[in-house]
Amino acid sequence: MNHIKVEEKAVEMKNITKVFGNFTANEDINLTVHKGEVHALLGENGAGKTTLMNILYGLYQPTIGEIMINGKTVIMADPNIAIQNGIGMVHQHFMLVEPFTVTENIILGKETTTSFGKLDIEEAVSHVQELSEKYGLYVDPYAKIQDITVGMQQRVEILKALYRGAEILILDEPTAVLTPQEIQDLIDIIRNLTKQGKCIIIITHKLKEIKQIADYCTIIRRGKQIDTVDVSVTTEEELANKMVGREVNFIVGKEERTKGEVVLEIDNLVIKDNRGINAVDGLSLKVHAGEILGIAGIDGNGQRELIEGIIGLRKIESGKICMIQKDITGRTPKEILESKISTIPEDRQKRGLVLDFSVEENMILENYYKEPFSRKGILNKNKINYFAKELIQKFDIRPEDETLKARALSGGNQQKVIIARELTNDPELLIAAQPTRGLDVGAIEYVHKSLVEQRDKNKAVLLISLELDEVMNVADRIAVIYEGKIVGIVEAKETNENALGLMMAGGGSGNEK
Amino acid sequence: MKNKKNSIKEMLGSGNFMITLVSIFLGILVGAIVLKIAGYSPLESYGVMLKGIFGKPKYILYTIIYATPLIMTGLSVAFAFKTGLFNIGAEGQFIIGALVATLVGYFVKLPMGIHVVVVFVAAITAAGLWGGIAGYLKAKFGVHEVIATIMLNWIALYLNNYVIMLEGFKRPNSEASYKIWDTATIGILEKWKYTAHGRVWLKVHPILQSIFKTPVNLGIICAIILAFVVWFILNRTTLGYELRSVGSNKYAAEYGGINVKKSMIVSMSIAGALAGAAGALQVMGVSKQVSILAAMEGYGFDGIAVALIGSNGAFGCVFSGLLFGALKYGGPKIQSAMGAPSEVVSIVMGTIVFFIAMPKFIRLLVSLVKRKEVK
Repeated sequence: MNHIKVEEKAVEMKNITKVFGNFTANEDINLTVHKGEVHALLGENGAGKTTLMNILYGLYQPTIGEIMINGKTVIMADPNIAIQNGIGMVHQHFMLVEPFTVTENIILGKETTTSFGKLDIEEAVSHVQELSEKYGLYVDPYAKIQDITVGMQQRVEILKALYRGAEILILDEPTAVLTPQEIQDLIDIIRNLTKQGKCIIIITHKLKEIKQIADYCTIIRRGKQIDTVDVSVTTEEELANKMVGREVNFIVGKEERTKGEVVLEIDNLVIKDNRGINAVDGLSLKVHAGEILGIAGIDGNGQRELIEGIIGLRKIESGKICMIQKDITGRTPKEILESKISTIPEDRQKRGLVLDFSVEENMILENYYKEPFSRKGILNKNKINYFAKELIQKFDIRPEDETLKARALSGGNQQKVIIARELTNDPELLIAAQPTRGLDVGAIEYVHKSLVEQRDKNKAVLLISLELDEVMNVADRIAVIYEGKIVGIVEAKETNENALGLMMAGGGSGNEK
Repeated sequence: MKNKKNSIKEMLGSGNFMITLVSIFLGILVGAIVLKIAGYSPLESYGVMLKGIFGKPKYILYTIIYATPLIMTGLSVAFAFKTGLFNIGAEGQFIIGALVATLVGYFVKLPMGIHVVVVFVAAITAAGLWGGIAGYLKAKFGVHEVIATIMLNWIALYLNNYVIMLEGFKRPNSEASYKIWDTATIGILEKWKYTAHGRVWLKVHPILQSIFKTPVNLGIICAIILAFVVWFILNRTTLGYELRSVGSNKYAAEYGGINVKKSMIVSMSIAGALAGAAGALQVMGVSKQVSILAAMEGYGFDGIAVALIGSNGAFGCVFSGLLFGALKYGGPKIQSAMGAPSEVVSIVMGTIVFFIAMPKFIRLLVSLVKRKEVK
């Protein structure tokens, strides 16, 4: 016998197949995770990553296959059994009670009580504090969920799982909603957890993060396991190619262009947020034809209020917005749409689509009252149907069924429906707010290409994104927003991440405007 | 391309329709159990009920007459629901429709034909405005429509009672108003059937005689036309598109340039007009008057159940309205014939609604049955 240390297997999923009706979501997948390891699950939207993890967590039963936890076969009939076996899952959308405090949320369902069933909050708080110190998950145990940031809420979710004794943590797209700093904190937390022997399965499609934290990576494409690789000896390009099944172009191809006339001009704009505080606070900005102007900034610096203000969804306190020398300040959303501004909204499911409407109905959301889609108030179903079919072809929306509800589409295809609709409006100004959030590499490439095409048609594009890489890759000029003001505008090719990062944190340089 | 035959099969097999059918079956089953416990033969009771509904042409007509207002209040609730609003106020809108129909039917004198139209339009306009109040309160001040419409129901009830008590409108020595003029009624051959000639003619035609013993009227035709109008507005017009999009996702609707507040008001007004139509047609076709109400009559509340059973579809409401009408008319007959409690009907209706409200349970039940079949 040699003395190579055999790592203990924490999770083994063997030959997992899951069939829904005619659709095979997972096909013969094998996954092994050892103690103290970070294992990434990589795949495009709808590839079957979340299904696989829902099987591990007992939310679905596999059609075929076996799950072993610490070497013993376990039938995961429901999440309670999974929890008993030390599995914890942090979903992409948090499941917290907003008006409850951090501690109340963590102990929910597993409350410590004194005699007569009285809640023993003090005991719970000290337990929570003990856990948070052990793993570097600092939270205020008395703060209410509705008052803390998304990053903090995620910590609460992780603590909730640890409080229930989780040894195996599943994180579903944990970085999708976090700011760069919060992502860094999360990475530190993950390192602390693995140091203590916990193992972590992370569902993601962000390659950079996989390189940063994961030990191994299993790639799933259309329900099939493509490969499991040692992350330290692989490259981002290789991972991407395996995920998409073809060569992926990371660099956005675009030619030099000189910018044209001013299309959108914002002057000294002030907009309040929901709390009544000036979220946009004296902001001025010009967007020209034939350019992509990127707005970089940390979440919560007025980006959302700015977009909603421009397109008429939020009241403007003072200042002026001009579209091709026409004042559109305080106009209705309809009038603003008609002044040739189109928007890819930040939250496609909330703002961009009526999920219970069919794809064809969603395609006419802004133009339903115009010919040929309707005449004298009567809808022309044939024309709408023909129009939708044409766009589905042109924008390669899948599945090719215009009668399907938008809810049934994957995130990437939902985004394509919105892009198809917005670009068909032939806007002079396209506002793209977080247009690639939650999308996989293939879809991101597509969205970026669409933005560049718009620019090349000599239209103006305003890109607002929290992903610094995206802004730097796609935009021609970058404006940095900080506390509701533009603190600097720089040429994209003359700047770097550090300079922008400094400005985003309020340490302004660059040409003040 | 989807096969049309397949899609129909899909609709029947997996969708709401299946849930509705199973729920109706379960409702009848629970009713049977209750009857059995109370010591009556369920088979005999349901037999009496069926005979009481379909036994004579007259019975069928009564069922339809009972169903007519329920179909329309059902449409009212379903319309609001499709546009994201919960109209608890069909009851009050019904009262307003009936009251205004009686006022215009009695105080205004117009020739035959025109009078009917004027009465109907006045009634639905008033009820539409009444419904619109709730929509306005929601759009302007954020008052939830459930609260507003419940309040408006009581205001309508007491307004009705107050107006009837006014000098010149209340029929002396009664608890009701004067009757509307004949020119404002929609009964079929109502005068003729009491003339000497009519009586003689009907005597030789016993089936028709049986039919004309009922207050047979044009109400059901109006109800079916309105069902079609509701379907058309919702699915084929830009107005319906706006209202539905506000109902499903008001944020997306707002982003798409649709005026969300206006849509709420319009939607509640149309819902109010539909319930008002029910009230108006009830007066014009059956009661000819309005009476002082000690309590709510329940047409509007039954409309909520009708809409639920009809899965909020326009034509679904026609069928569930007929089902309700049948149970309401045929049900009490078991009391006179067998002494069985007619409250069973309420239990059956309540149970149907109860099961429809838990679709997951029904799906489980259906899948269990299917699994057994496979074995």
